[in-house]
Amino acid sequence: MSALSASSRSAFVGPEPTSSDLARRRARTNRRLLVNGLRVAFAVVVLGFWEIGTTIDAIHKDGLWIDPFFYGRPSGIASQLSTWIQNGTAQGPLWLQVATTLEEAFLGFLIGVVLGVVFGVALGRVRLLSDVFAPYIKALNAMPRVVLGSIFIITIGYGIWSKVALAVVLVFFVVFFNAFQGVREVDRVLIANARILGASERQLSTHVILPSALSWILASLHTSFGFALVGAVVGEYLGAIHGIGLIIATAQATFNPNGVFAAMFILAVVALTAEVALTWLEGRLIKWRPNTLEVPRI
Amino acid sequence: MAAAIELRHVTKRFLTPSGTAYTALRDLDLAVQDGEFCAVVGPTGCGKSTTLALISGLEPPSEGEVLVGGAPVQRVGRDVGYVFQADAVFPWKSVLDNVATGPRFRGIERREADERARDWIRRVGLAGFERYYPHQLSGGMRKRAALAQTLINEPRFLLMDEPFSALDVQTRTLMENELLQLWSATRASVVFVTHDLEEAIALADRVVVITAGPGTVKGVYRVDLPRPRNVAEIRFQPEFSRIYQEIWNDLRDEVLVSYERSKRVVS
Repeated sequence: MSALSASSRSAFVGPEPTSSDLARRRARTNRRLLVNGLRVAFAVVVLGFWEIGTTIDAIHKDGLWIDPFFYGRPSGIASQLSTWIQNGTAQGPLWLQVATTLEEAFLGFLIGVVLGVVFGVALGRVRLLSDVFAPYIKALNAMPRVVLGSIFIITIGYGIWSKVALAVVLVFFVVFFNAFQGVREVDRVLIANARILGASERQLSTHVILPSALSWILASLHTSFGFALVGAVVGEYLGAIHGIGLIIATAQATFNPNGVFAAMFILAVVALTAEVALTWLEGRLIKWRPNTLEVPRI
Repeated sequence: MAAAIELRHVTKRFLTPSGTAYTALRDLDLAVQDGEFCAVVGPTGCGKSTTLALISGLEPPSEGEVLVGGAPVQRVGRDVGYVFQADAVFPWKSVLDNVATGPRFRGIERREADERARDWIRRVGLAGFERYYPHQLSGGMRKRAALAQTLINEPRFLLMDEPFSALDVQTRTLMENELLQLWSATRASVVFVTHDLEEAIALADRVVVITAGPGTVKGVYRVDLPRPRNVAEIRFQPEFSRIYQEIWNDLRDEVLVSYERSKRVVS
């Protein structure tokens, strides 16, 4: 029996790397270099085509391949960004706009996640609640919730809280459905086992149901932070004092496509940063899960 | 002497989603003496697992009485241990936390629970794997963790639902021997459900054969093989073959009934 334990333990530690292991490691490094090189090349080709298309003449002497009046131009977008960074936007310094949007998105995300988890777990645990509220939740979910933005601006005003409210509404349903499903999908055997081991109802929730639902809930956070940003930006677009959405609205009103694209670029950076942070958080919170194969997430 | 576990005229019906009743057990009588190792064998779908669910208090009987330790079962009992067929260790807890779960649920403080858990981890041969998560262990090691998780509560009544059916033959024999060793130290009353007659005879003091569903007792057989037993070798004893043949004569008919039924469902 101890022989069995010893042999299975050595499988985890592994022997010294052999020459074929080193070759495999080299091949992996090469492949990573290739992938990154191709990524950069792709961006250069797309942006280059865009830049050249907006500067050289097409078949017609008076026309261009791509009209920068409508579609902007990469160099114009870059100079717009540097102008904003150096001189600020029409609404004030750039960092203030980014911080405002982030604040709205973050608050909306936080409140939406908490409400979604609480309601999802409650309805998942209590059959009667879910049976009663199911049709209402389905009806609310079927409604395009972005239209609520107008109502929030009328009732709550131009400040950040109308945007937070819109973000909350968007985030809530994503998290709610995942938490609900997560609670419903808990392995029956694990619940039976916990009961036998002496779990009270509360211990059942904290030791079995929540940890099990957590992987569902965390999976929903990736999508829902995106929704929080959408809520914040759309809210600002409809009417605000500060924010990236307001920059986009202003740029649109002054026929400045470079401004719209530059704001989009900032949004993309914000969203990607949040994505990285959430992935890190997920890894920290569910380190018990087997490392699934590296599947590219798109 | 009163029986440790007793089922009197127990019937269990389930309501299927379509609204019809399905009878899993019908008029089942079963008594397990104090400190006895009782194996329950029967064909697939004869209600073996249902029997354990009734004894543990996870399910109430539709008719009849279930007595554990002389008292009727009202809820999940504190003196009951249950080793499930499927993996029932918590995947989000390390081996140490998994084994310490029972004492923690029963209100024992962390440090003492961990200490007892370490002791049990050592007893089932998992020392050194305290920090591992279940997905990092082999099937046999997960089963050891599950055994430690159950035995740490020192159950007087131990229910086992085909615990080793998912293991390969060698690991299985090893685990059966270890189970007998651990059990001989506790002398708990055991109900061990299996579809494997050899396993049942090798482990048990008594083998109960259940009919194809709805399950009821077809026959009860004493196994008078001496203890301590070595599961790997006991199969070669002439007494083992004699008991095997005797029980198989009964069991065969039930297996055939169950097989015919499954064919009918398929066709």
